Amino acid sequence: MQQLIAYTIIGLTTGAIYAVAASGLVVTYTTSGIFNFAHGATGMLAAFTYWQFRYAWGWPAPLALLLVLGVIAPLFGALVERVVLRNLRDTAEVVKVTVTVGLTVAMIGLATWLWPPANRERFKGFFDGNSVEIFGVNVSWHKLIAFGCAIAVAVGLRLVLYKTRLGIAMRAAVDDRNLAELNGARPGFASMVAWAGSASLAGLAGILLAAEVGLNIVPLTLLVVSAYSAAIVGRLRSLPWTFVGALILGLLEAYTLWANGSSWFPREIGGFSTSGLRGALPTIFLFVVLIALPQARLRAGAVRIRERAVVPSWSMSLLGTGLLIAFVASLVGLLTRANTLQLSNGLVLAIAALSLVPLTGYAGQLSLAPLTFAGLGAVIMAKLPWNGSVLALLVTVAIVAAIGALVALPALRLQGIYLALATGAFAIMVTVLIFNQSNVFTNGAVDVPPLQIPGLDLADPAQKAIFLSVAFSALALVVVTVRRSRLGRRMVAMKDSPLAGATVGMNLTGTKLAAFALSAGIAAFAGALNTGKVTADLYSFDQSLPLVLLVVVGGVSAISGALFGGVLLGANALLATIVPTLSNVTKVLPGLAGISLGRNPDGAVPQIEENFAPVGRHLPSIVIAIAGAVVLRLLTGLGVIGNWSFAVGLAVWVLAVVPNLPALLAGSAELGRRFAVGMGLLGVMGVAAGLDWATLLNASGWRLLMIVVIVAVAGPAARSALDTTVRTPAVSPDLIGIDRPFTPAEILEAERAVGAVR
Amino acid sequence: MSESSTASPPPTADTTSPTILALRDVRAAYGSIEVLHGITIEVPTGSVVALLGPNGAGKTTTISVASGLMPVTGGALEIAGQDVTGVGATELARAGVCTVPEGRGVFPNLTITENLLMASYTGVERNEIRDLAFARFPRLAERRDQLAGTLSGGEQQMLAMARALSTDPVILMLDELSMGLAPKIVGQLYEQVAAIAADGVSVLVVEQFARSVLGVADHAVVMAHGTVQWSGAANDLDEDLLTSTYLGGP
Repeated sequence: MQQLIAYTIIGLTTGAIYAVAASGLVVTYTTSGIFNFAHGATGMLAAFTYWQFRYAWGWPAPLALLLVLGVIAPLFGALVERVVLRNLRDTAEVVKVTVTVGLTVAMIGLATWLWPPANRERFKGFFDGNSVEIFGVNVSWHKLIAFGCAIAVAVGLRLVLYKTRLGIAMRAAVDDRNLAELNGARPGFASMVAWAGSASLAGLAGILLAAEVGLNIVPLTLLVVSAYSAAIVGRLRSLPWTFVGALILGLLEAYTLWANGSSWFPREIGGFSTSGLRGALPTIFLFVVLIALPQARLRAGAVRIRERAVVPSWSMSLLGTGLLIAFVASLVGLLTRANTLQLSNGLVLAIAALSLVPLTGYAGQLSLAPLTFAGLGAVIMAKLPWNGSVLALLVTVAIVAAIGALVALPALRLQGIYLALATGAFAIMVTVLIFNQSNVFTNGAVDVPPLQIPGLDLADPAQKAIFLSVAFSALALVVVTVRRSRLGRRMVAMKDSPLAGATVGMNLTGTKLAAFALSAGIAAFAGALNTGKVTADLYSFDQSLPLVLLVVVGGVSAISGALFGGVLLGANALLATIVPTLSNVTKVLPGLAGISLGRNPDGAVPQIEENFAPVGRHLPSIVIAIAGAVVLRLLTGLGVIGNWSFAVGLAVWVLAVVPNLPALLAGSAELGRRFAVGMGLLGVMGVAAGLDWATLLNASGWRLLMIVVIVAVAGPAARSALDTTVRTPAVSPDLIGIDRPFTPAEILEAERAVGAVR
Repeated sequence: MSESSTASPPPTADTTSPTILALRDVRAAYGSIEVLHGITIEVPTGSVVALLGPNGAGKTTTISVASGLMPVTGGALEIAGQDVTGVGATELARAGVCTVPEGRGVFPNLTITENLLMASYTGVERNEIRDLAFARFPRLAERRDQLAGTLSGGEQQMLAMARALSTDPVILMLDELSMGLAPKIVGQLYEQVAAIAADGVSVLVVEQFARSVLGVADHAVVMAHGTVQWSGAANDLDEDLLTSTYLGGP
């Protein structure tokens, strides 16, 4: 009885912390319609910042709390809303989720950068050492405070969201932003306040939890999973149900802990240890709750035209894959053994990334578990009795594809963010319950034998790299075949409008299952072909996130996007080894790439083209652009400026100044403004090419970073200063042709777009 | 710059001006496609103006421009003689420009009471809004804690009207009030429009179907292809002209 009370109190405390975290999620979702994946990471960063103030610098607790929860966290939340999320209105769900995943990855990177693993002073609870006795059980003041906080948050949020005009305006803005403006409300301000408050709640939960579980990056970030589970009980909207969910989850965890320590509880089931059960509990809970959710009705949404994917043609696909193989084959001779292995690693990641193209790019189903399926592929390939043979490879792929379809079954009824969460929950479940088993990854590693193909020695790094490029190409052609087939058209139809698909008698279930199975099968190839000793953490959930990120950044509807994402992730790891000063920066880079998607949801390449397009049409700009580069080269040749100054100067010239030349010379902004901007850019050029970077910064990593910073600040600043266009709403496709008859060129373009002519 | 935040909010509207709302040679575009090609519309103070025209004539865009939701790419917008070109929707709403947009202007996930509370940005006390609205539409009082999304189409339009009427607007703009509603309910809603017009409020009503609105309108403007085809006293409106406009005539 005593124990029951003790564990109940533990459960209620944990539940209270989850409730605080979950309520923050609900606030941002109900007020901006964006599911904030970075909520847990915000709490984690807040907890670390609090630790820095309170323990590293020894400030008094009230001051540290006030600073973190009252100033830093809200400012951070407001900044994120203003800089990143405000641009996400009217973008696809995939982009929204990816951007907050990007935030998470960047924040984890930042935390490992600022607080590398070390022995730190213990993160103590509030009023550490004080406790009261309740029913004969000692309860620390910290636990009582946590519980009090949850109640205060519950009451406070209820009052703010339902009784104040600002709160009602926040909810109104989600329903209809324009109508809220027509009422005189300021939706932008309301949404900023909501994000500020939510960040503060995340911080409170993070600090409360850090005292219970310790100051560790990943567990604190994964607090968000528990919060999700609770928030989903409330369907991301209802605060009371969210609190119920949080308390149930807290109690479940506490009782599992109790049972785990009891003698009657089985240590293992069927050879699998049960020790990971408690860790997997939030995800199991999340999975179960998601599946129990009532099915969302199919809705006829507006047709989006932002993402336009071209059907890949055979000639281009064959040319592209041929070039890739030729490129890799000619490259491996030049590389060191270590770099060849890195290249192979990048190609493996590219294959895993390719698995997202049919699933996310074509069928529109966001998965956060590509590497989980790859990991399953690696394990099965290693454990099969005739491992290493082509037959084993095929069997592995078949088994993983079947698992993929099996996972999709419960997920069939889910869409958008709920589906993404379910796949994330699956990834964590597999990591905790299967990959962490000592008899699966023996001592954390498994030996995947090289594929035996007569005449080839795939243990040789060079041959392996070439073989992987061939494998990627073959799988890419399979994906192209699928896209050009009936199944591919069905997938795209399902993405564009499930409702329209259903009304013409399409089998949505079958299409979804096929997409999942195909995707899992391709991912299995990645795992089975990544031979050698591989560790379990290669396939953990937090590795899948940057991969998904970079693929979406590269363009998830195109095979080149997958190659871009996978190779970029591999190159990022390579960058960290080549330029050690940048290793901390590389931790943040994938995240930043994901966040940049918010600024420009169409991906990187179209943006670059758009920036340089005016230059090509303006002869004086071209002349000046070339002249500038020649001058820089001459100055270097004459020894006026050093090599590094030339590099920095040229990069800033080409990337920040040249795109602005047409607007500067012949733009519509008034002369004074153009003159001022021109002078400003000249000054930036002076700094970039005039300073002696070789002596100023002692590492090439920092110099590279400097280039990025100068370009990223000067270019956009000049562009926005010169921009005089009136921002008009985007063109709706049904308006084209309303102001004048179609031109023959437009008719031809339209016919090409629907595939009526070549 | 057309950013709403950079423009100064208009001072309280002067209702003694002879023209309460004026669009002068206004152009507006979606992306590169211009849909209003320089239209001029005036709403005399205290009158009801009907804006008529077939699908795609640019009526709703006109309302969007007049309410500040959409920037103009040319021309000027005036409220009570003051130039408010480039002022954002929020500021215009607070200055008394009240718009009921096309298709139920309610927040479906807020209750009736909360929907009414949203009107208080115009400076009217929240109790006053509630009393006025519930007095005009007793049906809403019965369901005050019900989510607006669960109301019938007619009730939602009542709620939107109630919200608009209780803010004591300088000008009221109604977009496609009758859309998807039974004729009887449309009749009731127009009785309310007539009543508020009798109180001296200026009204701009957009309708695709002319009959329901011409009974209460003083003036009429007929639009097609993003231009004004005809404007004048409502009584002078030629049935043939209207028909030929709808059928895509000259």
